[in-house]
Amino acid sequence: MTSIAVSGVSAGPGRSRREKFIAQGGIVLTFLVIAAVGTYLLEPRFINRLNILNLLRNFSFLVLPALAQMVVMTTGGFDLSVGAMVAISSVLTATVMLYLSSVAPDMPIALSLAALAACLLVGGLVGFVNGFLVAVLKLSPFMVTLATASMITGTTLYYTQGIPIYGVIQQFSDGLGRGQVGGIPIVVMIAVAVTVGLVVLQRQIAFGRHLYAVGSDLRSARLSGVAIVRTTIAAYVIASCLAATTGYLMTARLGSGQGTIGATLALETIAAAVIGGVSLRGGIGRAELVAVAALFLTVTNNAMNLLKVDSRFQTLMLGIILIAALWIERSLSRRK
Amino acid sequence: MLVGQNLSKRFEGAIALEAVDFDLRSGEVHALLGENGAGKSTLINLLVGTFAPSTGSIEIQGRSHASMSPSLASELGVAAVFQEFSLPPDLTVLESLFLGREKRRGFLLDRRGMRQEAEQLLKRLAFDIDLDQQVSHLTRAQKQMVEIAKALRTSPRVLILDEPTASLTDGEAEKLFDAIAQLKRAGVGIVYVSHRMSEIRNLSDRVTVLRGGRKIGTVNTAEVSDEGLIEMMVGRPMGQLFPEISYAPGKVAVQVRGLSTVDGAVREASLVAKAGEVVGLAGLVGCGRSELCRAIFGLTSIKDGTVELFGEAVARPHPHSMLERGLCYFPPDRGAEGLALSRPVRENVTMSSLDLRSLKTGPFLDVLRERRVVREPLQELKLRPLSPESPVSSFSGGNQQKAMLARGLIKDYEVYVFDEPTVGIDVGAKSDVYQLIKRLVERGACVILSTSELPELINLSSRIYVMHQSSVVAELHGDEKSEAAVLSHYFGKPAEERRLQ
Repeated sequence: MTSIAVSGVSAGPGRSRREKFIAQGGIVLTFLVIAAVGTYLLEPRFINRLNILNLLRNFSFLVLPALAQMVVMTTGGFDLSVGAMVAISSVLTATVMLYLSSVAPDMPIALSLAALAACLLVGGLVGFVNGFLVAVLKLSPFMVTLATASMITGTTLYYTQGIPIYGVIQQFSDGLGRGQVGGIPIVVMIAVAVTVGLVVLQRQIAFGRHLYAVGSDLRSARLSGVAIVRTTIAAYVIASCLAATTGYLMTARLGSGQGTIGATLALETIAAAVIGGVSLRGGIGRAELVAVAALFLTVTNNAMNLLKVDSRFQTLMLGIILIAALWIERSLSRRK
Repeated sequence: MLVGQNLSKRFEGAIALEAVDFDLRSGEVHALLGENGAGKSTLINLLVGTFAPSTGSIEIQGRSHASMSPSLASELGVAAVFQEFSLPPDLTVLESLFLGREKRRGFLLDRRGMRQEAEQLLKRLAFDIDLDQQVSHLTRAQKQMVEIAKALRTSPRVLILDEPTASLTDGEAEKLFDAIAQLKRAGVGIVYVSHRMSEIRNLSDRVTVLRGGRKIGTVNTAEVSDEGLIEMMVGRPMGQLFPEISYAPGKVAVQVRGLSTVDGAVREASLVAKAGEVVGLAGLVGCGRSELCRAIFGLTSIKDGTVELFGEAVARPHPHSMLERGLCYFPPDRGAEGLALSRPVRENVTMSSLDLRSLKTGPFLDVLRERRVVREPLQELKLRPLSPESPVSSFSGGNQQKAMLARGLIKDYEVYVFDEPTVGIDVGAKSDVYQLIKRLVERGACVILSTSELPELINLSSRIYVMHQSSVVAELHGDEKSEAAVLSHYFGKPAEERRLQ
């Protein structure tokens, strides 16, 4: 009996070329190239130093929260509070500077760091609450983060009454907001550094692998001895801190604390993550591809600006692009 | 080396395990035997700390632990291979082998080191698996092998195996038995859960039998007979598991001629099934008998050939029309295809009969009548507990199966197609299913029974068709239907040769 081979036990077949193409981000890269070339053909001003710099800055403000979204989504969750977190951080940054600059007027670096610390503290707290509710109380991530988003937005709007907070110190806006090193904006460098950092985390650090394991199958991860509660909470903390950092950097760019920014970020970040191949069910997602997807979305947005498309129409376009991208991805990969 | 004392576990009031003592010696294989729901899974889950016991303590290597967690258990050298795998589907084989216990160099993962170790491990076990394959692409047997390799990687002192051969071929099972023998010699204590008597007999030194969450006893394997073990397990002498069925073959109920499916899983299959008889379908998993059943019911597209029901050709079988014509099909995978697990048993039973006039008043469902209608078949099938309003997911495997089978009893169908009706259910429930088949046939229905359990085939069917590689290769009548005869056709011995003998 032992000599009889039964089918289906040999090592699985190698992946087809199409599967490899998809898995390695072929689709999203193609999207990006088509969008960039198409825009250039329609509007040659696209390749223009000022436009490229502007585009890269906008990209940075999308990719950071999109990566935050990715971290949570790979664990099988969502973070709908990223936009609210960005807004409250902006207000917080301006407020901290406004009050502390009277105490320590000539210490721009200390003030900037104090504001950053405040943002990360609040971000860490919100992330912990989100993670705790999801991992320990086992509440739905979607509803939990929707609820915390509402709480954060409410707090922000109550405090600001919808009015921007002026008080951001000049050196902060000049340095972080407009500053460049070797012709490259500092925000862009930060965004690239964070992307690279997350790529290393996902590939080379055990915690990164645990994020995938938790999202892929919680039970399996637990049986394998992965600390699922700690891993999940950490994911939400990282996400909220990344969102807080985004708000901090945007404040430098805008020159004031704005409680109304980031309203559409929850959708945009999920769009970037999903177009970048992050699974809505968790377990799958790569930082570099999310960055490419964020760049793709920024390019299409930039194209519409260059072509003077009405901004309200742009919101409509985002929805269409998202559905088209999902449909193309689905029909190419054809998984059941 | 491992002692569990007075272990109890309650789930929301229900007692899963009651005051069970268990001990494991170094270098022994200790089998756990019991019907589904007897508490075997609960016991091993307590031992590895998946959940905490309600009472009692666990002692490992002489140290007592009031609570256990998966990571503590693995630190103490207890490893487990569960039926449900601990392999996240999106990771690769290599990644999942080291999940939770990654090798590191400083902060970073030691990827080369892990690959080397994994290669050696699989080589030692003689398992042929691609380390870079994604877990979701593996077959069940391959997953099982990865799971075993994963457990052995940590060089455990206690190894718990929960029905490890359930999805392995004989060849793969042999490799596993070799590995078990090696481990035994190395002084590892092994807890072995299995339904297969022959394995328990060949492998184990002692057997602990559980029933209804209580320990019935621990015996030396050499000192007890199979019958004795079964009696301990079910709590009464088994008597005759298979009922005597009196067949009365009448008119032809189902006639299949030269049927091929679009996906190629069935090629030119023909069969005849009459009212008042049980027609068995035999063959290895993947031989096409499941697909043949599905094609008859209209779940698989037909390329060629015809299906006739009571002499009337059905042009394009479709579940809805087949049910109307009086043919009822029970799928093998209850969870995936048969049942809506989160819905009450009542709704599941009437699901396929919602068109019945008796259940409706105008366009509205008559829930009161539905309740009444459902009660009788469930009583007949001995659903335990008899609470049709509880969700299906709250029942054991055998009772879930009964909930599904009750569907066919709501209305008097004329043809019943069973695909693996007893897979994963305990002896008591099996017996209930056999009784059901007996009643159906003696009432004059036609039963087509596709199963991989040979004793079932031999004892229940009046005729047997054997399938091999998508085709029907033999038909066995009366005295011809012995296990040996069926087996000889499993591997494609040509039918001509059989006739010559």
